[in-house]
Amino acid sequence: MPVKTVFETKISHVSILDENGKFDAKLGKGVIPDKDAVALYEHMLTCRHLDEVAFKLQRSGRMGTYPENRGQEATSLGAAYALDKKDWLVPCYRENAGLFWRGLPIEMILLHWMGDERGNQIDNELCVMPLAIPIGTQMLHATGLAWAAKYRKEKQIACTFFGDGATSEGDFHEAANFAANLDIPVIFFCQNNGWAISVPSKIQCSAPTVAQRGLAYGMDCVQVDGNDIFAVVKVTRDAAKLAREKKRPTFIEAVTYRLGDHTTADDARRYRDEKEVESWKKKDPMLRLEKYLREKKLWDDKKHEAAMAKAKETVIAAVKRAEEIADPKNADFFNSMYAELPADLKRQRDTMCTHSLGLDPSQLEGTERQAVNSQH
Amino acid sequence: MANLTLVQAINLALIQEMEADDRVMLLGEDVGPNGGVFRVTDGLHARFGGDRVVDTPLAESGIIGTAIGLAMNGLRPIPEIQFEGFLGPAYDQLTTHAARMRTRTRGAFTVPMVVRVPIGGGIHAPELHSDSPEAIYAHHPGLKVVMPASPYDAKGLLISAIRDPDPVMYFEPKRIYRAFREEVPEDEYTIPIGEARVVSEGDELTIVTWGAPVVQCMKAIENSEKSIELIDLRTIYPVDIDTIEESVKKTGRCVIVHEAPKTCGFGAEIATSIMERCFLHLEAPVQRVTGFDTVMPYYKLELEYLPETERISRAIEEVVAY
Ligand SMILES: Cc1ncc(C[n+]2csc(CCOP(=O)(O)OP(=O)(O)O)c2C)c(N)n1
Ligand SMILES: [Mg+2]
Repeated sequence: MPVKTVFETKISHVSILDENGKFDAKLGKGVIPDKDAVALYEHMLTCRHLDEVAFKLQRSGRMGTYPENRGQEATSLGAAYALDKKDWLVPCYRENAGLFWRGLPIEMILLHWMGDERGNQIDNELCVMPLAIPIGTQMLHATGLAWAAKYRKEKQIACTFFGDGATSEGDFHEAANFAANLDIPVIFFCQNNGWAISVPSKIQCSAPTVAQRGLAYGMDCVQVDGNDIFAVVKVTRDAAKLAREKKRPTFIEAVTYRLGDHTTADDARRYRDEKEVESWKKKDPMLRLEKYLREKKLWDDKKHEAAMAKAKETVIAAVKRAEEIADPKNADFFNSMYAELPADLKRQRDTMCTHSLGLDPSQLEGTERQAVNSQH
Repeated sequence: MANLTLVQAINLALIQEMEADDRVMLLGEDVGPNGGVFRVTDGLHARFGGDRVVDTPLAESGIIGTAIGLAMNGLRPIPEIQFEGFLGPAYDQLTTHAARMRTRTRGAFTVPMVVRVPIGGGIHAPELHSDSPEAIYAHHPGLKVVMPASPYDAKGLLISAIRDPDPVMYFEPKRIYRAFREEVPEDEYTIPIGEARVVSEGDELTIVTWGAPVVQCMKAIENSEKSIELIDLRTIYPVDIDTIEESVKKTGRCVIVHEAPKTCGFGAEIATSIMERCFLHLEAPVQRVTGFDTVMPYYKLELEYLPETERISRAIEEVVAY
């Protein structure tokens, strides 16, 4: 037989709680205990509310460009819930829910979008990397982070989040190839939300699934309903186990949808059909979780009211902390440039309010003045 | 004649060149139905169709690498990189292939393409949306680098760039995309690559700048009682050093203004050329008013970093008083 099949595969799609609230009891058994399911839903309420508030802050000039997370809460949240506290979360920029679950203070994310680097000054103990603005670059860092843990024979793994668009970048493919061929315990968590700004995901990947991109590198891969937090938790747990025990990476494609514009600088009506958005609204991860909780008598109107009140309080407090932080000093952008500031940079800093940058030392005026241009 | 913004002037030039030459095509992220994130290619997808205005996968190396191939096989591609901060992945293709192709094949192969890239700060944008890397590309022999500072120049320079037989980096200062309007002729015209523009004449001091800071410099000149000559380079490489020389020989004093960091900024090159050509005419050391040698800060501090009018005015005072 001159031609024979040398390889065949199937890609699984995992779903536990479907869009109608139907729960697969067998697959879903023990995935999320009731108490946690309630806590996760409450967390989603807070994140959704934050999106609304952040949008308004941007529109009223109190914050710069902001990317809404609306509709994608179950993905990063399910993953963060499934992982250990010491596993690295390596985000893109649409992972608020997972990062806050881990413990990143909400005001850090607000500060980031308010144009303040202190939003990235993250407590190392949280094992959360700062947001990655250049698309598709952070998966390599996740691979290195996980590699370091493996090198030290620690149990820590890394999970990196990125969009469908990011899987077009070369760096993504290099990360997948490194991880698979060098046995690195990293999870590649793709949030396929249908769009990369105005470009539909079929321009990024013409194969039937994005998941199979992992297959090409020889790693396990799976597609999951990204709006089903139970399924997300399950596949992430499986991937984490494989990473921890066998040092093997997994590629997870979470199928979800960006209900909002790409960012506040975008107008999605220019390029996508409102009907498509409407159809995805029915698949909202929060609707089905709420339905599930109500059916199990874990949720009712009174609880909802109380949770909303708490969400509002949490968000208001975070906005207050973000807005009340003292304006940065104009020398701040020098001070963290190197462990030790080179002499010329010191001169530039100390004469920055003059023009000649240290050419004339008599111009030393001290530069600890507050930013004059602070925008809020 | 129409009163256009810089964005509209570029859009018009693209339309006219695409109508005149069916080898001209656009590729990039969101340039299609969305018309680009700054709307520079607005309406072009509807007008010219998806074969000539192409939304590509999200990959800058892919965009430039394929544009090189498109150009080498007879087309005139105009790839867009969405922001200068995302040139990183494209840098390899630009410098190891586009810049070198003509000379390493001794002219057998050429790469006539125009890489459109919004550049610079001052628009309150997130990280990596506000940098000024023009000097990096000027440092790579084989690339031409232009940056218009007015709607009129934007149209004429873009048409020249499209018709140019070599790869051109066409940087668009996003801070002035819509900052003001100007009369732009409907007919096609060209602004030669490599020719600076004397924006205003004077005989006491020369300011050399390019891109968005032209506006800040004009304000500083308005606020000054001195007679100041303002030169907008328009082309970074090949630089029009003759125009600078002529001016500095007349004024004897020069301030160079750019957004990019000071060290190895293009101002350093100009200052050296002035020293070489005008040494005996100089009344004061050439001063640079530039970004600092730091990472471009997030937007709360961006105006502290950028060469705003106040800093330019101080430089004028000091150089005149020297
Ligand atoms: C390297 C790079 N190129 C371009 C951009 C501009 N940009 C920001 S987000 C985005 C689309 C990202 O799509 P995807 O990866 O699917 O993530 P999503 O926003 O849908 O979550 C683009 C093109 C960027 N930030 N980085
Ligand atoms: Mg996407």
